[in-house]
Amino acid sequence: MSKVGATIVLIAIVAALVGPTFARFDPAAQDLARRLDGPSATHWLGLDELGRDIFARLLAGARISLLVGIVVVSISSTVGTLLGSIAGYFGGLIDETISRIIDILLAFPGLLLAIALVAVLGPSLRNVVAALSLIGWVGYARLVRGQVLRAREFEFVQAARALGAATPRILAQHVIPTALPAVTVQATLGMGGAILAEAALSFLGLGVQPPTPSWGTMLNGGRTHLLDAPHLTIFPGLAIAFLVLGFNFLGDGLRDALDPVTRRRAGP
Amino acid sequence: MLGESASPQDVAELRARLGLDRPLIEQYGRFLQGALHGDLGRSLRTNQPVTSAILERMPATIELAAAAMIVAVTLAIPLGIAAAVWRETAVDHTATTLSLLGISIPNFWLGPLLAIVFSIELGWLPVSGRGTWAHLVLPAISLGAALAAILSRMTRATLLEELREQYVTAARARGASRARAVIRHAFRNSLIPVITLIGLQFGAVLTGAIITETIFAWPGIGRLLIQSIGFRDYPLVQGCILLIAVTYVGMNLLTDLLYGLVDPRIRYE
Repeated sequence: MSKVGATIVLIAIVAALVGPTFARFDPAAQDLARRLDGPSATHWLGLDELGRDIFARLLAGARISLLVGIVVVSISSTVGTLLGSIAGYFGGLIDETISRIIDILLAFPGLLLAIALVAVLGPSLRNVVAALSLIGWVGYARLVRGQVLRAREFEFVQAARALGAATPRILAQHVIPTALPAVTVQATLGMGGAILAEAALSFLGLGVQPPTPSWGTMLNGGRTHLLDAPHLTIFPGLAIAFLVLGFNFLGDGLRDALDPVTRRRAGP
Repeated sequence: MLGESASPQDVAELRARLGLDRPLIEQYGRFLQGALHGDLGRSLRTNQPVTSAILERMPATIELAAAAMIVAVTLAIPLGIAAAVWRETAVDHTATTLSLLGISIPNFWLGPLLAIVFSIELGWLPVSGRGTWAHLVLPAISLGAALAAILSRMTRATLLEELREQYVTAARARGASRARAVIRHAFRNSLIPVITLIGLQFGAVLTGAIITETIFAWPGIGRLLIQSIGFRDYPLVQGCILLIAVTYVGMNLLTDLLYGLVDPRIRYE
Protein backbone atom coordinates (compact mmCIF):
# COMPACT_ATOMS: atom_id res chain seq x y z
CA MET A 1 0.00 0.00 0.00
CA SER A 2 2.69 2.46 1.03
CA LYS A 3 4.65 1.64 -2.15
CA VAL A 4 1.60 2.47 -4.23
CA GLY A 5 1.26 5.71 -2.27
CA ALA A 6 4.92 6.61 -2.71
CA THR A 7 4.69 5.91 -6.46
CA ILE A 8 1.62 8.15 -6.87
CA VAL A 9 3.25 10.97 -4.89
CA LEU A 10 6.50 10.62 -6.84
CA ILE A 11 4.64 10.75 -10.18
CA ALA A 12 2.82 13.89 -9.04
CA ILE A 13 6.07 15.58 -7.95
CA VAL A 14 7.82 14.75 -11.23
CA ALA A 15 4.75 15.87 -13.21
CA ALA A 16 4.66 19.16 -11.31
CA LEU A 17 8.40 19.80 -11.67
CA VAL A 18 9.08 18.89 -15.30
CA GLY A 19 5.57 18.41 -16.74
CA PRO A 20 4.87 22.02 -17.73
CA THR A 21 8.28 22.26 -19.47
CA PHE A 22 7.55 19.26 -21.66
CA ALA A 23 3.83 19.85 -22.14
CA ARG A 24 2.87 20.28 -25.77
CA PHE A 25 0.45 23.10 -25.02
CA ASP A 26 0.49 26.28 -22.97
CA PRO A 27 -2.05 25.89 -20.13
CA ALA A 28 -3.31 29.43 -20.82
CA ALA A 29 -3.52 29.20 -24.63
CA GLN A 30 -7.13 29.36 -25.82
CA ASP A 31 -8.67 27.73 -28.88
CA LEU A 32 -12.23 29.06 -28.66
CA ALA A 33 -13.35 27.45 -31.91
CA ARG A 34 -12.76 23.98 -30.45
CA ARG A 35 -13.89 24.65 -26.86
CA LEU A 36 -15.30 21.67 -24.91
CA ASP A 37 -13.85 19.18 -27.45
CA GLY A 38 -13.46 15.71 -25.96
CA PRO A 39 -10.19 13.77 -25.65
CA SER A 40 -8.34 13.31 -28.95
CA ALA A 41 -4.89 12.35 -30.25
CA THR A 42 -3.69 15.98 -30.09
CA HIS A 43 -5.43 16.97 -26.86
CA TRP A 44 -5.21 13.81 -24.74
CA LEU A 45 -7.76 14.87 -22.13
CA GLY A 46 -9.73 17.29 -24.28
CA LEU A 47 -10.28 21.04 -24.11
CA ASP A 48 -12.04 23.10 -21.43
CA GLU A 49 -14.72 25.80 -21.62
CA LEU A 50 -12.24 28.29 -23.13
CA GLY A 51 -10.54 25.76 -25.41
CA ARG A 52 -7.49 25.28 -23.16
CA ASP A 53 -5.68 21.91 -23.09
CA ILE A 54 -6.85 20.06 -19.97
CA PHE A 55 -3.73 17.88 -19.72
CA ALA A 56 -1.47 20.94 -19.71
CA ARG A 57 -3.69 22.57 -17.08
CA LEU A 58 -3.62 19.43 -14.91
CA LEU A 59 0.20 19.50 -14.97
CA ALA A 60 0.24 23.19 -14.05
CA GLY A 61 -2.43 22.55 -11.40
CA ALA A 62 -0.24 19.86 -9.80
CA ARG A 63 2.24 22.64 -9.00
CA ILE A 64 -0.44 24.66 -7.19
CA SER A 65 -1.73 21.64 -5.26
CA LEU A 66 1.72 20.48 -4.12
CA LEU A 67 2.81 24.05 -3.38
CA VAL A 68 -0.22 24.65 -1.16
CA GLY A 69 0.33 21.30 0.54
CA ILE A 70 4.03 21.88 1.20
CA VAL A 71 3.68 25.46 2.43
CA VAL A 72 0.66 24.75 4.65
CA VAL A 73 2.22 21.60 6.13
CA SER A 74 5.61 23.31 6.71
CA ILE A 75 4.07 26.32 8.47
CA SER A 76 1.57 24.39 10.54
CA SER A 77 3.95 21.58 11.55
CA THR A 78 6.67 24.05 12.59
CA VAL A 79 4.33 26.30 14.57
CA GLY A 80 2.46 23.31 15.99
CA THR A 81 5.63 21.47 17.06
CA LEU A 82 7.04 24.61 18.68
CA LEU A 83 3.89 25.57 20.60
CA GLY A 84 3.04 21.95 21.45
CA SER A 85 6.49 21.24 22.87
CA ILE A 86 6.50 24.49 24.87
CA ALA A 87 3.05 23.67 26.30
CA GLY A 88 4.01 20.09 27.13
CA TYR A 89 7.45 20.84 28.55
CA PHE A 90 6.67 23.83 30.74
CA GLY A 91 3.13 22.96 31.84
CA GLY A 92 1.36 25.37 34.19
CA LEU A 93 -0.09 28.62 32.92
CA ILE A 94 1.70 28.44 29.54
CA ASP A 95 0.21 24.99 28.93
CA GLU A 96 -3.24 26.15 30.07
CA THR A 97 -3.19 29.11 27.66
CA ILE A 98 -1.97 27.15 24.63
CA SER A 99 -4.25 24.20 25.36
CA ARG A 100 -7.34 26.44 25.63
CA ILE A 101 -6.53 28.05 22.25
CA ILE A 102 -6.20 24.53 20.81
CA ASP A 103 -9.54 23.50 22.34
CA ILE A 104 -11.30 26.58 20.97
CA LEU A 105 -9.93 26.07 17.45
CA LEU A 106 -10.80 22.35 17.56
CA ALA A 107 -14.36 23.16 18.61
CA PHE A 108 -15.12 24.51 15.12
CA PRO A 109 -15.18 22.58 11.88
CA GLY A 110 -11.92 23.43 10.06
CA LEU A 111 -13.34 24.06 6.60
CA LEU A 112 -15.95 26.46 8.04
CA LEU A 113 -13.20 28.52 9.71
CA ALA A 114 -11.26 28.57 6.45
CA ILE A 115 -14.37 29.72 4.55
CA ALA A 116 -14.99 32.44 7.17
CA LEU A 117 -11.38 33.66 6.99
CA VAL A 118 -11.33 33.73 3.20
CA ALA A 119 -14.72 35.49 3.17
CA VAL A 120 -13.18 38.28 5.27
CA LEU A 121 -9.70 38.40 3.69
CA GLY A 122 -10.88 37.90 0.10
CA PRO A 123 -10.22 34.90 -2.12
CA SER A 124 -6.60 34.34 -3.24
CA LEU A 125 -3.91 31.67 -3.15
CA ARG A 126 -2.08 33.48 -0.33
CA ASN A 127 -5.19 33.79 1.84
CA VAL A 128 -6.05 30.11 1.34
CA VAL A 129 -2.56 29.15 2.55
CA ALA A 130 -2.89 31.56 5.50
CA ALA A 131 -6.34 30.25 6.46
CA LEU A 132 -5.31 26.58 6.21
CA SER A 133 -2.11 27.15 8.21
CA LEU A 134 -3.98 29.07 10.91
CA ILE A 135 -6.20 26.02 11.41
CA GLY A 136 -3.63 23.34 10.62
CA TRP A 137 -1.09 23.92 13.43
CA VAL A 138 -3.59 22.83 16.08
CA GLY A 139 -3.43 19.14 15.17
CA TYR A 140 0.39 19.11 15.36
CA ALA A 141 0.43 21.06 18.62
CA ARG A 142 -1.91 18.61 20.33
CA LEU A 143 0.07 15.62 19.05
CA VAL A 144 3.47 17.04 20.05
CA ARG A 145 2.21 18.18 23.46
CA GLY A 146 1.18 14.60 24.26
CA GLN A 147 4.53 13.20 23.10
CA VAL A 148 6.51 15.82 25.04
CA LEU A 149 4.53 15.20 28.23
CA ARG A 150 5.86 11.63 28.11
CA ALA A 151 9.36 12.54 26.92
CA ARG A 152 9.79 15.02 29.78
CA GLU A 153 10.00 12.15 32.23
CA PHE A 154 12.53 10.08 30.27
CA GLU A 155 15.83 9.50 32.05
CA PHE A 156 18.00 10.99 29.32
CA VAL A 157 15.98 14.20 29.50
CA GLN A 158 16.28 14.28 33.28
CA ALA A 159 19.99 13.60 32.89
CA ALA A 160 20.42 16.45 30.42
CA ARG A 161 18.67 18.75 32.87
CA ALA A 162 20.85 17.53 35.74
CA LEU A 163 23.95 18.22 33.63
CA GLY A 164 22.81 21.82 33.39
CA ALA A 165 21.82 21.93 29.71
CA ALA A 166 19.87 25.04 28.75
CA THR A 167 16.13 24.57 28.20
CA PRO A 168 16.14 25.41 24.45
CA ARG A 169 18.93 22.86 24.01
CA ILE A 170 17.02 20.16 25.92
CA LEU A 171 13.93 20.83 23.82
CA ALA A 172 15.71 20.86 20.48
CA GLN A 173 18.19 18.02 21.11
CA HIS A 174 16.33 15.62 23.34
CA VAL A 175 12.61 16.27 23.60
CA ILE A 176 11.39 17.32 20.13
CA PRO A 177 13.23 14.48 18.29
CA THR A 178 11.11 11.91 20.19
CA ALA A 179 7.99 13.49 18.68
CA LEU A 180 9.34 13.68 15.11
CA PRO A 181 8.20 10.24 13.86
CA ALA A 182 4.61 11.03 14.83
CA VAL A 183 4.88 14.49 13.27
CA THR A 184 6.18 12.97 10.02
CA VAL A 185 3.15 10.68 9.78
CA GLN A 186 0.79 13.56 10.58
CA ALA A 187 2.51 15.77 7.99
CA THR A 188 2.15 13.16 5.24
CA LEU A 189 -1.56 12.76 5.96
CA GLY A 190 -1.73 16.56 6.31
CA MET A 191 -0.47 17.01 2.73
CA GLY A 192 -3.54 15.12 1.50
CA GLY A 193 -5.79 17.15 3.79
CA ALA A 194 -4.36 20.50 2.68
CA ILE A 195 -4.60 19.59 -1.02
CA LEU A 196 -8.21 18.51 -0.51
CA ALA A 197 -9.07 21.69 1.40
CA GLU A 198 -7.51 23.93 -1.26
CA ALA A 199 -9.46 22.10 -3.97
CA ALA A 200 -12.69 22.44 -1.96
CA LEU A 201 -12.19 26.18 -1.43
CA SER A 202 -11.24 26.73 -5.07
CA PHE A 203 -14.26 24.68 -6.13
CA LEU A 204 -16.47 27.04 -4.10
CA GLY A 205 -14.80 30.00 -5.84
CA LEU A 206 -13.05 31.01 -2.61
CA GLY A 207 -9.56 29.79 -3.43
CA VAL A 208 -7.19 30.17 -6.33
CA GLN A 209 -8.74 32.57 -8.83
CA PRO A 210 -8.94 32.01 -12.58
CA PRO A 211 -7.03 32.00 -14.87
CA THR A 212 -4.50 30.23 -12.57
CA PRO A 213 -5.06 26.51 -13.19
CA SER A 214 -5.97 24.78 -9.91
CA TRP A 215 -7.70 21.41 -9.87
CA GLY A 216 -10.54 22.78 -7.70
CA THR A 217 -11.06 25.77 -10.02
CA MET A 218 -11.11 23.42 -13.02
CA LEU A 219 -13.82 21.31 -11.34
CA ASN A 220 -15.79 24.47 -10.68
CA GLY A 221 -15.52 25.42 -14.36
CA GLY A 222 -16.81 21.97 -15.34
CA ARG A 223 -19.93 22.32 -13.20
CA THR A 224 -21.92 24.20 -15.84
CA HIS A 225 -20.89 21.74 -18.56
CA LEU A 226 -21.88 18.43 -16.93
CA LEU A 227 -24.35 17.89 -19.75
CA ASP A 228 -22.23 18.66 -22.81
CA ALA A 229 -18.64 18.09 -21.60
CA PRO A 230 -18.31 15.69 -18.65
CA HIS A 231 -14.55 15.35 -19.29
CA LEU A 232 -14.12 18.79 -17.68
CA THR A 233 -15.27 17.22 -14.41
CA ILE A 234 -13.89 13.71 -14.69
CA PHE A 235 -10.13 14.39 -15.16
CA PRO A 236 -9.42 17.07 -12.51
CA GLY A 237 -11.42 15.05 -9.96
CA LEU A 238 -9.47 11.92 -10.82
CA ALA A 239 -6.22 13.84 -10.26
CA ILE A 240 -7.34 15.11 -6.83
CA ALA A 241 -8.61 11.71 -5.69
CA PHE A 242 -5.42 9.93 -6.81
CA LEU A 243 -3.02 12.36 -5.18
CA VAL A 244 -4.97 12.45 -1.91
CA LEU A 245 -5.19 8.65 -1.93
CA GLY A 246 -1.43 8.53 -2.56
CA PHE A 247 -0.64 10.67 0.49
CA ASN A 248 -3.10 8.67 2.62
CA PHE A 249 -1.50 5.35 1.60
CA LEU A 250 1.97 6.76 2.25
CA GLY A 251 0.94 8.16 5.65
CA ASP A 252 -0.66 4.87 6.73
CA GLY A 253 2.42 2.97 5.58
CA LEU A 254 4.76 5.32 7.45
CA ARG A 255 2.65 4.97 10.58
CA ASP A 256 2.92 1.18 10.45
CA ALA A 257 6.65 1.35 9.76
CA LEU A 258 7.40 3.83 12.55
CA ASP A 259 5.06 2.44 15.18
CA PRO A 260 7.29 -0.30 16.66
CA VAL A 261 10.22 2.12 16.77
CA THR A 262 8.30 4.70 18.78
CA ARG A 263 6.99 1.99 21.09
CA ARG A 264 10.51 0.73 21.77
CA ARG A 265 11.74 4.25 22.38
CA ALA A 266 8.90 4.97 24.79
CA GLY A 267 10.05 2.02 26.92
CA PRO A 268 7.86 -0.16 29.10
CA MET B 1 -23.17 49.97 -1.27
CA LEU B 2 -23.25 53.53 -2.53
CA GLY B 3 -20.98 53.07 -5.52
CA GLU B 4 -17.67 54.70 -6.33
CA SER B 5 -18.95 58.23 -6.96
CA ALA B 6 -20.79 58.63 -3.63
CA SER B 7 -20.44 62.01 -1.94
CA PRO B 8 -18.57 62.14 1.39
CA GLN B 9 -21.79 63.23 3.16
CA ASP B 10 -23.69 60.16 1.92
CA VAL B 11 -20.83 57.90 2.96
CA ALA B 12 -20.72 59.46 6.43
CA GLU B 13 -24.48 59.14 6.76
CA LEU B 14 -24.48 55.46 5.76
CA ARG B 15 -21.60 54.74 8.11
CA ALA B 16 -23.59 56.36 10.94
CA ARG B 17 -26.75 54.41 10.00
CA LEU B 18 -24.84 51.09 10.02
CA GLY B 19 -23.10 52.04 13.26
CA LEU B 20 -19.67 51.83 11.61
CA ASP B 21 -18.60 55.17 13.13
CA ARG B 22 -18.81 53.73 16.66
CA PRO B 23 -15.78 52.14 18.36
CA LEU B 24 -15.23 48.48 17.41
CA ILE B 25 -15.84 47.25 20.94
CA GLU B 26 -19.22 49.04 21.02
CA GLN B 27 -20.14 47.55 17.62
CA TYR B 28 -19.26 44.09 18.94
CA GLY B 29 -21.31 44.74 22.11
CA ARG B 30 -24.32 45.69 20.01
CA PHE B 31 -23.88 42.59 17.85
CA LEU B 32 -23.69 40.33 20.92
CA GLN B 33 -26.72 41.97 22.52
CA GLY B 34 -28.66 41.55 19.29
CA ALA B 35 -27.50 37.97 18.78
CA LEU B 36 -28.62 37.00 22.27
CA HIS B 37 -32.07 38.39 21.47
CA GLY B 38 -32.21 36.52 18.17
CA ASP B 39 -31.47 39.66 16.13
CA LEU B 40 -28.53 39.18 13.76
CA GLY B 41 -29.07 42.38 11.81
CA ARG B 42 -30.41 42.79 8.31
CA SER B 43 -29.13 41.55 4.98
CA LEU B 44 -27.24 44.33 3.16
CA ARG B 45 -28.68 43.19 -0.16
CA THR B 46 -32.34 42.39 0.49
CA ASN B 47 -32.79 44.21 3.82
CA GLN B 48 -34.51 41.04 5.09
CA PRO B 49 -33.74 40.22 8.74
CA VAL B 50 -30.87 37.70 8.84
CA THR B 51 -32.68 35.48 11.35
CA SER B 52 -35.70 34.99 9.10
CA ALA B 53 -33.55 34.49 5.99
CA ILE B 54 -31.70 31.70 7.82
CA LEU B 55 -34.86 30.15 9.27
CA GLU B 56 -36.30 29.95 5.76
CA ARG B 57 -33.31 27.92 4.55
CA MET B 58 -32.95 25.77 7.66
CA PRO B 59 -35.45 22.96 6.83
CA ALA B 60 -33.66 22.20 3.54
CA THR B 61 -30.30 21.78 5.28
CA ILE B 62 -31.76 19.68 8.11
CA GLU B 63 -33.50 17.46 5.55
CA LEU B 64 -30.28 16.98 3.57
CA ALA B 65 -28.10 16.35 6.64
CA ALA B 66 -30.60 13.87 8.11
CA ALA B 67 -30.90 12.02 4.80
CA ALA B 68 -27.10 11.84 4.49
CA MET B 69 -26.79 10.46 8.03
CA ILE B 70 -29.45 7.82 7.26
CA VAL B 71 -27.64 6.85 4.04
CA ALA B 72 -24.35 6.61 5.92
CA VAL B 73 -25.69 4.51 8.81
CA THR B 74 -27.72 2.09 6.66
CA LEU B 75 -24.75 1.54 4.34
CA ALA B 76 -21.94 1.48 6.86
CA ILE B 77 -23.20 -0.64 9.75
CA PRO B 78 -24.17 -3.77 7.75
CA LEU B 79 -20.95 -3.37 5.73
CA GLY B 80 -18.84 -3.01 8.88
CA ILE B 81 -20.50 -6.00 10.56
CA ALA B 82 -20.06 -8.15 7.45
CA ALA B 83 -16.39 -7.17 7.16
CA ALA B 84 -15.74 -8.05 10.80
CA VAL B 85 -17.63 -11.36 10.76
CA TRP B 86 -16.09 -12.55 7.49
CA ARG B 87 -12.66 -11.11 8.27
CA GLU B 88 -9.87 -11.57 5.70
CA THR B 89 -12.30 -12.83 3.06
CA ALA B 90 -13.46 -11.30 -0.21
CA VAL B 91 -16.29 -9.57 1.69
CA ASP B 92 -13.79 -7.86 3.99
CA HIS B 93 -11.51 -6.80 1.15
CA THR B 94 -14.42 -5.40 -0.86
CA ALA B 95 -15.62 -3.45 2.18
CA THR B 96 -12.11 -2.09 2.81
CA THR B 97 -11.71 -1.01 -0.83
CA LEU B 98 -15.15 0.64 -0.83
CA SER B 99 -14.40 2.59 2.33
CA LEU B 100 -10.97 3.69 1.06
CA LEU B 101 -12.65 4.98 -2.09
CA GLY B 102 -15.30 6.72 0.00
CA ILE B 103 -12.66 8.51 2.06
CA SER B 104 -10.49 9.51 -0.89
CA ILE B 105 -13.14 10.70 -3.35
CA PRO B 106 -13.97 14.30 -2.44
CA ASN B 107 -17.70 15.05 -2.34
CA PHE B 108 -17.24 17.93 -4.78
CA TRP B 109 -16.22 15.30 -7.33
CA LEU B 110 -18.55 12.47 -6.29
CA GLY B 111 -21.58 14.78 -6.58
CA PRO B 112 -20.98 15.82 -10.22
CA LEU B 113 -19.99 12.22 -11.11
CA LEU B 114 -23.27 10.87 -9.71
CA ALA B 115 -25.13 13.59 -11.60
CA ILE B 116 -23.38 12.66 -14.87
CA VAL B 117 -24.20 8.95 -14.48
CA PHE B 118 -27.67 8.93 -12.92
CA SER B 119 -29.18 12.17 -14.20
CA ILE B 120 -27.58 12.83 -17.56
CA GLU B 121 -26.65 9.38 -18.91
CA LEU B 122 -29.42 7.29 -17.33
CA GLY B 123 -31.98 10.04 -16.78
CA TRP B 124 -33.26 8.44 -13.59
CA LEU B 125 -32.97 11.37 -11.21
CA PRO B 126 -33.14 15.17 -11.41
CA VAL B 127 -29.80 17.01 -11.72
CA SER B 128 -30.46 19.71 -9.15
CA GLY B 129 -33.00 21.56 -7.04
CA ARG B 130 -35.27 20.50 -4.19
CA GLY B 131 -38.83 19.24 -4.19
CA THR B 132 -39.58 15.53 -4.51
CA TRP B 133 -37.88 12.55 -2.88
CA ALA B 134 -36.04 11.95 -6.14
CA HIS B 135 -34.28 15.30 -5.72
CA LEU B 136 -32.92 14.19 -2.36
CA VAL B 137 -31.28 10.93 -3.49
CA LEU B 138 -28.06 12.14 -5.16
CA PRO B 139 -27.23 14.95 -2.68
CA ALA B 140 -27.80 12.57 0.26
CA ILE B 141 -25.54 9.89 -1.22
CA SER B 142 -22.75 12.28 -2.16
CA LEU B 143 -22.84 13.87 1.30
CA GLY B 144 -23.21 10.58 3.19
CA ALA B 145 -20.56 8.55 1.34
CA ALA B 146 -17.53 9.83 3.24
CA LEU B 147 -19.24 9.36 6.60
CA ALA B 148 -20.32 5.86 5.55
CA ALA B 149 -16.71 5.04 4.72
CA ILE B 150 -15.33 6.18 8.08
CA LEU B 151 -18.23 4.61 9.96
CA SER B 152 -17.88 1.16 8.35
CA ARG B 153 -14.15 1.07 9.17
CA MET B 154 -14.92 2.04 12.75
CA THR B 155 -17.74 -0.54 13.07
CA ARG B 156 -15.42 -3.24 11.75
CA ALA B 157 -12.59 -2.32 14.12
CA THR B 158 -14.68 -2.06 17.30
CA LEU B 159 -16.71 -5.17 16.50
CA LEU B 160 -13.53 -7.19 15.94
CA GLU B 161 -12.33 -6.11 19.35
CA GLU B 162 -15.60 -7.12 21.02
CA LEU B 163 -15.68 -10.47 19.19
CA ARG B 164 -12.43 -11.41 20.94
CA GLU B 165 -14.04 -10.94 24.38
CA GLN B 166 -14.90 -13.92 26.55
CA TYR B 167 -18.56 -13.03 26.89
CA VAL B 168 -19.03 -13.73 23.17
CA THR B 169 -17.49 -17.18 23.54
CA ALA B 170 -19.65 -17.68 26.64
CA ALA B 171 -22.79 -16.76 24.70
CA ARG B 172 -21.86 -19.24 21.97
CA ALA B 173 -21.18 -21.91 24.62
CA ARG B 174 -24.63 -21.36 26.08
CA GLY B 175 -26.02 -22.27 22.68
CA ALA B 176 -26.65 -18.81 21.19
CA SER B 177 -26.48 -18.86 17.42
CA ARG B 178 -23.56 -17.12 15.74
CA ALA B 179 -25.82 -14.35 14.46
CA ARG B 180 -27.27 -13.80 17.93
CA ALA B 181 -23.84 -13.72 19.56
CA VAL B 182 -22.68 -11.14 17.04
CA ILE B 183 -25.75 -8.89 16.91
CA ARG B 184 -27.21 -9.12 20.42
CA HIS B 185 -23.98 -9.40 22.37
CA ALA B 186 -20.93 -8.06 20.56
CA PHE B 187 -22.52 -5.43 18.29
CA ARG B 188 -24.42 -3.81 21.16
CA ASN B 189 -21.18 -3.20 23.01
CA SER B 190 -19.42 -1.89 19.95
CA LEU B 191 -22.16 0.73 19.54
CA ILE B 192 -20.65 3.19 22.03
CA PRO B 193 -17.69 4.34 19.95
CA VAL B 194 -19.85 4.18 16.81
CA ILE B 195 -22.45 6.54 18.28
CA THR B 196 -19.69 8.90 19.39
CA LEU B 197 -18.26 8.95 15.91
CA ILE B 198 -21.67 9.68 14.36
CA GLY B 199 -22.09 12.63 16.70
CA LEU B 200 -18.61 13.99 16.13
CA GLN B 201 -18.91 13.57 12.36
CA PHE B 202 -22.10 15.61 12.26
CA GLY B 203 -19.93 18.72 11.98
CA ALA B 204 -18.20 17.28 8.93
CA VAL B 205 -21.63 16.60 7.42
CA LEU B 206 -22.67 20.21 8.07
CA THR B 207 -19.58 21.67 6.38
CA GLY B 208 -19.85 19.07 3.63
CA ALA B 209 -23.42 20.31 3.11
CA ILE B 210 -21.99 23.70 2.09
CA ILE B 211 -20.32 22.00 -0.89
CA THR B 212 -23.13 19.54 -1.65
CA GLU B 213 -25.75 22.30 -1.63
CA THR B 214 -23.63 24.32 -4.07
CA ILE B 215 -23.30 21.35 -6.45
CA PHE B 216 -26.98 20.41 -6.49
CA ALA B 217 -28.43 23.94 -6.15
CA TRP B 218 -30.02 22.78 -2.89
CA PRO B 219 -31.62 25.83 -1.21
CA GLY B 220 -30.08 25.42 2.25
CA ILE B 221 -27.84 27.35 4.64
CA GLY B 222 -24.62 26.31 2.87
CA ARG B 223 -25.71 27.68 -0.49
CA LEU B 224 -26.97 30.84 1.23
CA LEU B 225 -23.51 31.22 2.83
CA ILE B 226 -21.62 30.89 -0.46
CA GLN B 227 -24.04 33.21 -2.27
CA SER B 228 -23.76 35.80 0.51
CA ILE B 229 -19.96 35.69 0.33
CA GLY B 230 -20.28 36.39 -3.40
CA PHE B 231 -22.52 39.41 -2.71
CA ARG B 232 -20.34 40.54 0.23
CA ASP B 233 -23.48 40.45 2.36
CA TYR B 234 -21.54 40.31 5.62
CA PRO B 235 -24.41 40.20 8.15
CA LEU B 236 -25.82 37.17 6.33
CA VAL B 237 -22.37 35.51 6.10
CA GLN B 238 -21.90 36.09 9.83
CA GLY B 239 -25.32 34.63 10.62
CA CYS B 240 -24.80 31.47 8.54
CA ILE B 241 -21.36 30.80 10.02
CA LEU B 242 -22.61 31.45 13.55
CA LEU B 243 -25.51 29.04 13.07
CA ILE B 244 -23.34 26.24 11.63
CA ALA B 245 -20.71 26.70 14.36
CA VAL B 246 -23.28 26.75 17.18
CA THR B 247 -25.02 23.65 15.80
CA TYR B 248 -21.67 21.87 15.55
CA VAL B 249 -20.63 22.71 19.13
CA GLY B 250 -24.12 21.79 20.34
CA MET B 251 -23.96 18.39 18.62
CA ASN B 252 -20.56 17.68 20.19
CA LEU B 253 -21.92 18.51 23.63
CA LEU B 254 -24.96 16.32 23.03
CA THR B 255 -22.68 13.45 21.97
CA ASP B 256 -20.65 13.79 25.17
CA LEU B 257 -23.83 13.69 27.25
CA LEU B 258 -25.21 10.76 25.24
CA TYR B 259 -21.97 8.88 25.86
CA GLY B 260 -22.72 8.93 29.56
CA LEU B 261 -26.24 7.70 28.89
CA VAL B 262 -25.17 4.77 26.68
CA ASP B 263 -22.36 3.64 28.99
CA PRO B 264 -23.51 3.80 32.62
CA ARG B 265 -19.89 3.58 33.81
CA ILE B 266 -19.26 7.13 32.59
CA ARG B 267 -20.46 9.82 34.97
CA TYR B 268 -20.10 13.58 34.75
CA GLU B 269 -19.42 15.63 37.85
